Amino acid sequence: MSRPSRSGNRLPRWLIAALAAPAIVFVALFYAWPLVALVHRAVTAEAFRTLVHDRSLRSILWFTAWQAVLSTALTVAVGLVPAWVLSRFDFTGRRWLQVLVTVPFVLPTVVVGAAFLAVLPDSLDQSVAAIVLAHVFFNIAVVVRGVGGLWEQLPPDLGAAARTLGAGPWQVMRHVTLPLLAPAIQASASIVLLFTFTSFGVVRILGGPAHATIEVEIWQRATRFGDVGVAAVMSLVQLLVLGLAVGWFARIQARHRVIIGLRPLDARRPPRGRRERVVVSAACAAVAVAIGAPLVALGERSMRTIDGGHTLTAWRAVFGRRAAAVARPTATASLDPLGSLFTSLRFAVVATVVAVIVGGCVSLAIAAMGSGASGRRIGRVLDTGVMLPLGTSAVTIGLGLIIAFAVAPLDWRGAPMLIPLGHAIVATPFVVRVLLPTLRAIDPRLRDAAATLGASPIRAWREVDVRLMLRPLATGAAFAAAISLGEFGATTFLTRAGRATLPIAIEQLLNRPGAGLHAEGYVLATVLAVLTFAVIGSVELLTGTDRRRRG
Amino acid sequence: MKRFLVTATLAASLLGAACAGATTSTSPASTTPAAASTPGSTSPGSSTPASSTPGSAVADSGTTLTIVAYDSFAVDPASFDSFTAATGVRVKIVTAGDAGAMLSKAALTAGNPEGDVMWGIDNTLLARALDAGVFEPYTSPELGALAADATALVPGHEATPVDEGDVCVNYDIAWLRDHDLAVPTSLQDFTDPAYKDLLVVENPATSSTGLAFLLATVATFGKDGWQQYWTDLRANGVEVVDGWDAAYYEQFSGSSGKGPRPFVVSYGSSPPAEVIYGDPRPKTAPTAVMGESCFHQVEFAGILRGTGHAAEAGQLIDFLVSKEFQELLPLTLFVYPARTDAAVPQEFTDYAVRPDDPLTVSPADIEANSADWISTWTDIVVR
Repeated sequence: MSRPSRSGNRLPRWLIAALAAPAIVFVALFYAWPLVALVHRAVTAEAFRTLVHDRSLRSILWFTAWQAVLSTALTVAVGLVPAWVLSRFDFTGRRWLQVLVTVPFVLPTVVVGAAFLAVLPDSLDQSVAAIVLAHVFFNIAVVVRGVGGLWEQLPPDLGAAARTLGAGPWQVMRHVTLPLLAPAIQASASIVLLFTFTSFGVVRILGGPAHATIEVEIWQRATRFGDVGVAAVMSLVQLLVLGLAVGWFARIQARHRVIIGLRPLDARRPPRGRRERVVVSAACAAVAVAIGAPLVALGERSMRTIDGGHTLTAWRAVFGRRAAAVARPTATASLDPLGSLFTSLRFAVVATVVAVIVGGCVSLAIAAMGSGASGRRIGRVLDTGVMLPLGTSAVTIGLGLIIAFAVAPLDWRGAPMLIPLGHAIVATPFVVRVLLPTLRAIDPRLRDAAATLGASPIRAWREVDVRLMLRPLATGAAFAAAISLGEFGATTFLTRAGRATLPIAIEQLLNRPGAGLHAEGYVLATVLAVLTFAVIGSVELLTGTDRRRRG
Repeated sequence: MKRFLVTATLAASLLGAACAGATTSTSPASTTPAAASTPGSTSPGSSTPASSTPGSAVADSGTTLTIVAYDSFAVDPASFDSFTAATGVRVKIVTAGDAGAMLSKAALTAGNPEGDVMWGIDNTLLARALDAGVFEPYTSPELGALAADATALVPGHEATPVDEGDVCVNYDIAWLRDHDLAVPTSLQDFTDPAYKDLLVVENPATSSTGLAFLLATVATFGKDGWQQYWTDLRANGVEVVDGWDAAYYEQFSGSSGKGPRPFVVSYGSSPPAEVIYGDPRPKTAPTAVMGESCFHQVEFAGILRGTGHAAEAGQLIDFLVSKEFQELLPLTLFVYPARTDAAVPQEFTDYAVRPDDPLTVSPADIEANSADWISTWTDIVVR
């Protein structure tokens, strides 16, 4: 646990620049430029004046901020329990529980919002408590995966040493484990804060009309009142607040860089003793029930009929379109549920590849820049720059893309590629957030040792950093795929010809009268949940096998 | 072994998806140079050469028109085959967001449109669309066959009415029968204690159905009277939810959601939808419409200003209001044809309500006041 040494064993500048370049170009082209184009086109002095005189904005901003801070704190507090159980203990079904935790994060808010409503006591309906609980439910995966990723690589002998010196389990947790985990906790908290601050669907469905976040207000002004100028200014205000928050997080994260002898092998063991077994199984059961119940409610709804009975007709309709097309003449002809499944899978592959390459490279660049004061500053700017799209209203990005890509030769408004690239913009920060804590925790002495053995700086870096980042990179890839599968916000603004993605098909089916179509929407939602489970599960399995072979 | 199988299957499916992904990724590359090499073209892909339809009567003109529509435009692309056969012009449909989002996008790029024809601007958005200069005027020879009240909304012929419908209070027939409660005969009845806690409506700030119902109350009680009505409605326990889906499926007792409330703001055509998409199909509609509560909606299609294919776009508008296409609308979009001589299906005649004199507010009034009305409504009902 030494502070970073200023070793002369540094990567050449050209390599760092080359690693940072894809991210800079990507974010500039698909985020910064559209944003600037929208502000240039739509923002007027009058829009500013309207906003300054609008007394409701301040209260909306205040509500947005406090519910976000409360949701974030609660998500971190609640998420640490499964993170601990899943990263420290080995037991049957551990991996599946870990996958299950990730599923809510991916499902469209419309769907889980409805499923959540079904299991929520009526008294909590349309309350702040419902919003905060749903935020915890949705975002717990970020903490479990983000913190767990570092936790499972913490050497257990640190805690053992503290215990030998007489510390109880709580003292070990407070004085040894949590400080070591601080970078990962901060990283997860900053993502959860961005998500809860810009929360849209959850607030609309569970909060009711009395609770509006600034994201809802921006959407309302831009699409309901056609007041794009005011919406863009609001979006800038939101961006400013979140930019400051994220910049601050990045700053403490870089400062609290802790170097630990990370082990690529996991330090999990079966729970020992009765007390440990009880605690672990209670935690597992609580997580499984809290996350499983709304998901089971989804499945139930896919079979519900108008008279309260249950049937599999909707499942047959989705998976045997031909028969259904005869029974229902034309209304669902353009809604091709199975087609939307393949569209979603294709987009997820493209988005994941782009996010992993861009995010992986920029993370290595940021970590390599980490030592000098000016290097740290540039690293922080890059880090914050990559995170900003998460803090920008999806409506704003969507409208910006329309303007930015409306001029030949870049008239890409109808290009299908714009959709997975939009997903990749949202997914890249996750890859970075998952990678950075690990990369920053690598002991530079490992590289020094490699250099002593005759390796060039590049070779040493390749053997140490690149190898140690493979596992978190797999986690990042799983997240990216999951985000692409579930992305709804920006995608709704991009023009689509032909097939919609799965979340959009779900939304369309749920918004039509007729019990049969409604049930089909829930069939697709259940399929999406299972698909997410499978994608993330397969990543786990593949990386798991890989680990065993190496170990 | 089992684990290996699982891994192998998943890996194979991911690989399959990856290969499919590679096909997608080539498409923008192939459309972009095409757009770049034809400087006169304003919409990407609109000049893509297309192979001729087998058996087409007219030679393929090589032109593809793009219809920009809202997300729920569930029309089968094959519906345009006869148009292509008659004119040699192909049709592509692109969608993005609801009608409000679609208009905001079109307004930002007015004069340099994403497509050639836009479908789905309704009378609550019409004045904004005309102000933004989104459309190019076109006088269809079919105008005389369309409902006169609808064509009267666009005296400058900037857009052409394509369908009509109503937003009305729907009720659960069985619930009212079981509770021995009469069907209300006016909106005022919902402030009566007998109907306490029975109505669910959508938030007009976030839902177009909610806005239509707010406008229905403005039309009924006047610009100075609707505020008191909503104050009374709130006191009588009206429930407000975010969108149509939550109202109809979570709160309304007449849908498969089996919610607690027997009255919901929905569409005049929702009861036939419950029959046609019922599962199993009910003998009669479980829900019905209260005719006195209906706000009239008219949807328009228009030629987007800046299209490079104005003449063909005009032909497409004529096709959209043709008897053939208009008769598809009831079962695809659950609306009535704008064309007066188009037939409607039996379920519509049996269960939908088409009030003779529905409530309405002029598009200009809506555009000038709706932001204020929504803000006042929010203060009265939810704050």
